[in-house]
Amino acid sequence: MIAAGQPAPDFTLRDQDGEKVSLSGLRGGRALLVFYPADFSPVCSDQLSIYQEVKPEIEAHGVTMLGISVDGMFAHKAFQEKLGIDTPLLADFEPKGEVARAYGAYIEKFGTANRSLVLVDEEGTVEWVHESPTPLEVPGANVIFDALASSCAR
Amino acid sequence: MLTSAAVPAVGPADHARGRGPLLVVYADLGCPHCASAWVEISARQARVVFRHFPVASKHPRSPALHAAAEAAGLQGALFAMVDALYGDRGHVDDPHLWRRAEDLGLDLERFQADRRSTAVAARVRRDFESGIRAGVTATPALFPGLSDLDRP
Repeated sequence: MIAAGQPAPDFTLRDQDGEKVSLSGLRGGRALLVFYPADFSPVCSDQLSIYQEVKPEIEAHGVTMLGISVDGMFAHKAFQEKLGIDTPLLADFEPKGEVARAYGAYIEKFGTANRSLVLVDEEGTVEWVHESPTPLEVPGANVIFDALASSCAR
Repeated sequence: MLTSAAVPAVGPADHARGRGPLLVVYADLGCPHCASAWVEISARQARVVFRHFPVASKHPRSPALHAAAEAAGLQGALFAMVDALYGDRGHVDDPHLWRRAEDLGLDLERFQADRRSTAVAARVRRDFESGIRAGVTATPALFPGLSDLDRP
């Protein structure tokens, strides 16, 4: 998995509406990449829903949150609507998992991204990374705020 | 900032029911998992502490249900309202809430004012944020073994 201090690989992916989103387009602000295995997975937790509830507090720190999985944009659209969230969901669909691979976040044997968080700073450098030991373990929103708090302290 | 923090100890402002070891439950009144779990939780030999954890984006009706429960709680009837809401998840519109409050013998005018008040919303949000800080990512979230500020 990519580490803090390394440059965050740039990418351009389509979101759930088919709009292109580039990491470099967010430069000047921070980005939180939320890699996750699959839309509609039966893991009975609410990762993206939980983050949605505190999205204003995250954005108040100048952070844009982006979800990334290997699902296509149509699945992302349906998933977004099902969950009632407005976090953009990016399709790392073709080539499959290319962006996840660039971040060391691709699990070859499952053919999906892992469950991880990557905070990218204003200059496009990785500031912080959290990788779940297994995709079943969901990081609470508190983990994100811990990272934001420690970067404020610098 | 919602940085990591331990689940707050149980205090006099908490809603608690039953006898036995303390069991803090963060629950979403709009969540089907919570509804099924509530039956089992309520049957336990435990002092159950209810804390609000509405995931509004997933269950748009939850904020209203939690406000209704907390408003009922201001008249001593939080658990009765929670039991009623989990027991009948198909009837949660405003007229159903008024009917429930009526059935519980609550002061309806006060119930209506309270459930729309910023104080009630703030209380619900406070519980929710304590859950976020404790790392809650799914409901219901159970925390056994917490200390009770009331006890010596």
